[in-house]
Amino acid sequence: MNKKQKKMLIRIVIAAVLLIVLSFVPVGGWIRFLCYMAPYLIIGYDILLKAFKGIKNRQVFDECFLMAVATVGAIALALYEQNGDYTEAIAVMLFYQVGEWFQSYAVGKSRRNISELMDIRPDYANIEQDGKLEQVDPDEVEIGSVIVVQPGEKVPIDGVIVEGASTLNTSALTGESLPRDAAEGDEIISGCINMTGLLKIRTTKEFGESTVSKILDLVENASSRKSKSEDFISRFARVYTPAVCYAALALAILPPVVRMLVLGSSPEWGNWIYRALTFLVISCPCALVISIPLSFFAGIGGASNAGVLVKGSNYLETLSKTKVVVFDKTGTLTQGVFEVNAVHHNQMNEEKLLEYAALAESASSHPISKSIQRAYGKEIDRSRVTNIRELSGNGVMACVDGVEVAAGNDKLMEHLGVPYIGCHMVGTIIHMAVNGEYEGHIVISDVVKPHAKEAVRMLKKAGIKKTVMLTGDSGKVADQVAAELGIDQVYSELLPADKVEKVEELIKTKPEKEALAFVGDGINDAPVLRRADIGIAMGAMGSDAAIEAADVVLMDDDPLKISKAIRISRKCLGIVYQNIVFAIGIKLICLLLGAVGIANMWLAIFADVGVMILAVLNAIRALFVKNL
Amino acid sequence: MKKSYKIDVDCANCANKMENAAKHTPGVKDAVVNFMLLKMHVEFEEGQNPKEVMEAVRKNCKKVEDDCEIFL
Repeated sequence: MNKKQKKMLIRIVIAAVLLIVLSFVPVGGWIRFLCYMAPYLIIGYDILLKAFKGIKNRQVFDECFLMAVATVGAIALALYEQNGDYTEAIAVMLFYQVGEWFQSYAVGKSRRNISELMDIRPDYANIEQDGKLEQVDPDEVEIGSVIVVQPGEKVPIDGVIVEGASTLNTSALTGESLPRDAAEGDEIISGCINMTGLLKIRTTKEFGESTVSKILDLVENASSRKSKSEDFISRFARVYTPAVCYAALALAILPPVVRMLVLGSSPEWGNWIYRALTFLVISCPCALVISIPLSFFAGIGGASNAGVLVKGSNYLETLSKTKVVVFDKTGTLTQGVFEVNAVHHNQMNEEKLLEYAALAESASSHPISKSIQRAYGKEIDRSRVTNIRELSGNGVMACVDGVEVAAGNDKLMEHLGVPYIGCHMVGTIIHMAVNGEYEGHIVISDVVKPHAKEAVRMLKKAGIKKTVMLTGDSGKVADQVAAELGIDQVYSELLPADKVEKVEELIKTKPEKEALAFVGDGINDAPVLRRADIGIAMGAMGSDAAIEAADVVLMDDDPLKISKAIRISRKCLGIVYQNIVFAIGIKLICLLLGAVGIANMWLAIFADVGVMILAVLNAIRALFVKNL
Repeated sequence: MKKSYKIDVDCANCANKMENAAKHTPGVKDAVVNFMLLKMHVEFEEGQNPKEVMEAVRKNCKKVEDDCEIFL
């Protein structure tokens, strides 16, 4: 509770107590009126003042005006009818203030909750000086300085570890609870929490350019991009308040006049004015105006906690309408790292074959050579290898332990005149000839991500109509991956520019209301990410290009997060629509009941304050996305 | 030029009104009020002095919503 809220609470309590006490005090006439004015002014003086100022500044139609007119009207009516019933007017003001207080408290609370959720901003960086650690503002740390991160502290700035090893908690960034190991030489991203060991890090970026600052910037600006629903609500509120005021005026004047002139019966001014005042109390648009942005804010906050950064409410809205998901293959569905998939050997055993291959390829830094060296897994003794000849595009020949080894593709084997056996598996095939004899081949391929298949299945379950894969790879590889994952449509052998064209084609063929999402790893997909209705970049930790181009950023590269992001957006939008329908619906019903005289002011207050409280509570639900 | 300012305002509708008032202040190209974060992002027109413009923005906002504050 802040100062304002405390003051308000005291006023509410005093007014409520006074009101109860007064109901037991038997006074009448003017004294009674004056007695009742005390709680009324205590609780409502600021509203009356604001209404007056509003009129002075020609901003007549706001809620203060509505409340002032309604309560002053009710008091005037009580004076006119001489029934001494001032309680109603005071109660209306009291409940209105209780509602406002609750709103302010709830919004403040959720504001704090959400910012706690996104609390990844590091407050300081440690710099070692003369053997002592000194805390400095991360903004002042220059590129290339060495900072020290102790266990339990946040990594303040992006950099490379120069000393120490530790386990990192990245859950604030990725939503992934599994800790990650980091050792000397590894790149490290700001926002992670150092869990076990002391780390010395050489910074590679300024604080403002570091991952953590970028993310905070992005999330903080997200709710500034307003969705269609929010625009609708602010337009609605602008028209609605004046409309209700005029309707209330008409309700107060027209029926009595008609009764008097047309029907010839008594006008019943009091009755109709009371109904008009009830009308005014019901009409406040706050439930709508507060709950819709709050739902989006909570949705974006919840999503970022799950490692899904959404750049704006509008994107959350479009994401919820996604029906077609287009994937890039490499780096999105597959790991983009080559790996030895199989070793088909002849007479030589598998390990020996791999050893020869690794040794022969030891001088090369080609990804394929690297993958063979990784698969071999042992230290490579270069002194065993002599006379390495690289035949560019074909393979390598070398002398290993005095034995002539050739490793390469079909062409190399043909060139050497060694008969080779083709492979049924898809991927890059490295044939091995040792001493001029064919000894088998090694299959190297890009590995499908562990969750890729499940991710596609979950998308289907979430109601995605079509999944498409685009790739620059050969048709054979693409078809195999697509079949394995259960993807509906494949376009292969595409250049980056073709991808944009294909996405445009797909956008044309789908119905207007459905959205198309493109998922890429963000490095070479920027134009496609921009062109799609929703661009989703994944594995974006550290990649600025992706953060720039995409509308939704998945912090880690788990494809399961795609369906999670869609489910989060659907939940949030569901809550938004519930609130719109619920708030407008109840208000309209109450307005109708008020107009025909069934609803009194007590119901009116519920329609105003009650609906708002329920809508705010419902909005907060958007924050809870853990189990989606 | 873009700048953001901390604001204090009580209700979402009032925040909307502030946004409108800021948008219609001379020298302001565009303004967005974020009620949840209590921040106002203002984009100024070329060659305007943000300090002077913000004084006017504050005045206009006070006009539409008495109970608001912009921390300059």
